[in-house]
Amino acid sequence: MRLHPSIPLLRIVPDDTKFDFMRFRRISFPASAVLSIVAICLYFFVGLNFGIDFVGGTLLEVKTKTGAPVDLAKLRTTLGGLGLGDIQLQQFGTPDTVLIRIAQQPGGEAAQGAAKDKVKAALGDDMLVQREEVVGPRVSTEMLAKSTVGLMAAILAILVYLWFRFEWQFALGAMIANVHDLVLTVGYMSLMQIDFDLSSIAALLTILGYSLNDTVVIYDRIREMLRRYKRMSMADLLNISVNSTLSRSIITHLTVTLSLLALLFFGGHAIHSFVSTMIFGVVLVGTYTSVFIAAPILIYLGVGTTRTAADEAPERPERSERPQRQERPQRTQRP
Amino acid sequence: MLYISRWKALAILLTAFVICALAVPNFLPDKMVQSWPKWAQRHVVLGLDLQGGSHILLEIDQGAVRKEKLEQLRDDVRRVLREARVGLSSPPVVRGTSVEVGVRESDLQTALTKLRELSQPLGGVLGATGQRSLEITHLGGGRIQLTVTEPAIVERVRQAVDQSVQIIERRINELGLVEPLIQREGTGRILVQVPGLDDPQRLIELIGKTAKLDFRMVDQSMTPEQALATRPPPESEILYGTRGEGRIPYLIEKRVLVSGADLTDAQPGFDPRTREPIVNFRFNTSGARKFAQATSENVGKPFAIVLDNEVISAPVIREPILQGQGQISGQFTVESANDLAILLRAGALPAPLTIIEQRVVGAGLGQDSIKKGKDASYFGATLVVVFMIITYGLFGVFASIAVAINVAMIFGVLSLLNATLTLPGIIGIVLTIGIAVDSNVLIYERIREEVRSGRTPISAIDHGFTRALATILDSNITTFIAAAVLFFIGTGPVRGFAVTLGIGIITTVFTAFTLTRLMVAWWIRWLRPQRLAIS
Repeated sequence: MRLHPSIPLLRIVPDDTKFDFMRFRRISFPASAVLSIVAICLYFFVGLNFGIDFVGGTLLEVKTKTGAPVDLAKLRTTLGGLGLGDIQLQQFGTPDTVLIRIAQQPGGEAAQGAAKDKVKAALGDDMLVQREEVVGPRVSTEMLAKSTVGLMAAILAILVYLWFRFEWQFALGAMIANVHDLVLTVGYMSLMQIDFDLSSIAALLTILGYSLNDTVVIYDRIREMLRRYKRMSMADLLNISVNSTLSRSIITHLTVTLSLLALLFFGGHAIHSFVSTMIFGVVLVGTYTSVFIAAPILIYLGVGTTRTAADEAPERPERSERPQRQERPQRTQRP
Repeated sequence: MLYISRWKALAILLTAFVICALAVPNFLPDKMVQSWPKWAQRHVVLGLDLQGGSHILLEIDQGAVRKEKLEQLRDDVRRVLREARVGLSSPPVVRGTSVEVGVRESDLQTALTKLRELSQPLGGVLGATGQRSLEITHLGGGRIQLTVTEPAIVERVRQAVDQSVQIIERRINELGLVEPLIQREGTGRILVQVPGLDDPQRLIELIGKTAKLDFRMVDQSMTPEQALATRPPPESEILYGTRGEGRIPYLIEKRVLVSGADLTDAQPGFDPRTREPIVNFRFNTSGARKFAQATSENVGKPFAIVLDNEVISAPVIREPILQGQGQISGQFTVESANDLAILLRAGALPAPLTIIEQRVVGAGLGQDSIKKGKDASYFGATLVVVFMIITYGLFGVFASIAVAINVAMIFGVLSLLNATLTLPGIIGIVLTIGIAVDSNVLIYERIREEVRSGRTPISAIDHGFTRALATILDSNITTFIAAAVLFFIGTGPVRGFAVTLGIGIITTVFTAFTLTRLMVAWWIRWLRPQRLAIS
């Protein structure tokens, strides 16, 4: 597989890695429990920074025509005098661009548009409105409901799929592990006060999808090992499974990280929070979860309880179940 | 697993080639593509967040639809009972969601029979739902209650939305915009998307106005001030109009002489004397007759032109207007006269529409997003390719080729579906680049393992593929489920993400199962390696 014999290929994980992941469950489970509780507390006591998609209101992205930095203090005074309630200003990317967020106005849908026009008039001529979004109370309420239902539906659909493909313990284990991912990510979003809007739901669903992707790869291997080694203890079997997929897990996460980093540095400010959420959810939490939570949880869910005691020496795979050498495919043997 | 028949190989390559070729129109100048047959012109549509434009979601006022339906029913009841010469003990009135009328006990059966004729069977194409538009109950003592059923209201709302879509289409077409999208959403909503419009204000004014135009008489039985101080006569109401800076009240009769529905044409123009912008209009035959009669009877009296309950002007009738033509003057600018003419030509909306969501992106911001998306894609792809080659050598090159074809195929499928590419959609593609190599990583890692367990290179590769492909399928389906759910709950840009993510998963699985295998199979056949430099 080398391009040239003199170029060594990069080995990220040594071939015969035998890290005892299962022993870490005594640390990782309490740690995850604590982190989850912290995340839930963050959600309830700090709270998500809901964007206008879910609470309604108006968002304007405004840029100075001259490219001069925005005088935030002055703008704050000007807009504060309009009597439109809470108006948030936030520098966005470059100093000449600012996001203006106007809270939901009382008086239904029509009042939102009126408030936006007022603000636009107050901005004057030297400001350029690049983007404006007005979401009325009805739409935002619906979107919140739809997103919640959608997230639940996705979790349920995936659970059902896994149940079909694996035993129920696997499905449940994967779900617990990955809902744990979502909880931690929501905690992170609360902590960082990332704008929680429709694209955050997209981030959460993608994190769910990819964390599961990872979990499924390990579970597939566990299932294969369960069939191959009938008498190995569960802990050893899980260790072998995780270790043998470790290289893949790490390489894949590296390539995803590379893609995400490219997006983070070159994709512009508009997708910054989306990408940073993904990096947290997929790269940091997802990897940890599949290895330290999703695999060991199978022990607690009772997979392989009928196996013999754990102290029995594991069989050497090469000796007992060495797969039969297969002949070369016919085609290649033809002259 | 490694044996792929010549025909199969050809089929694989042809499929991949055709799908990639579908992406070609996106990269050629529009002029060139336009000369092609229609089926070949399919291309990716840039989302509003990338090309700039307005997204406006409107909701019809269902209360107004219901009210209008009930008022119409009340008038129908009055007419039907009058025609049947039924004596009334109390006139029909709208009460809540129904109309109530009192008839003399002796006429009760006739009244019920006649009123039942008003109720029509409901039903769409199949027609046999058994639902009727009215529920008629006798409350006792000659009091009859007619309730409009909920399906009848829903049906009416649906009709009103369909009419509104057509009217909005006519209004927008007058502005000469490129590729506007106007469609019904659900039962009571209309989505309007107009790309590349920097100032949506005028658009919003044009689509948001009901444009209900009435010609009515001014009630001169008392002054508006008196009416305000006491209460207006039952047949009249107070409406306001703008004059100069202030707003002044008018006392206007509720009876409509002629309505905007009778207009056949409206054009902006100038008053030859004052040089002020005006709107010239023309009635159809029945409108002209009604207008002629009304103006003949009321020479010397003022009448009012009322648009959406706002008095535009209240001129005095100097002479009967018999030709069915007239003009509206009332402090117009050239643009507002033009807009009013457009509104009158397109007709009035059957019920008021409210803007419930509005998103506007400037074209400059869109351009910027495209550039950044491109930069990120190139950079991400380069990083991934370099990393794969460092890790897997020649197989890394195979993986990179597969990923490149994968991305081309994503564009091909997007083009085939005429799908919309949004900024989150670009994120989806960049993510796919990162994820697509995963299928290769799974295969290669598996091959490495098989080699370690002592297989010959070819056997290892064969087993590696067989085992890894099952895993690839399993692991991608979970992500695909997430993407599918996102597609159904998301709107606009987020939906674009779901689309590219979903398509990316499908093309990834396709390339892993076919192209990667094909490349490796050919490589083995040509070079017949005795050992894989893996460990």
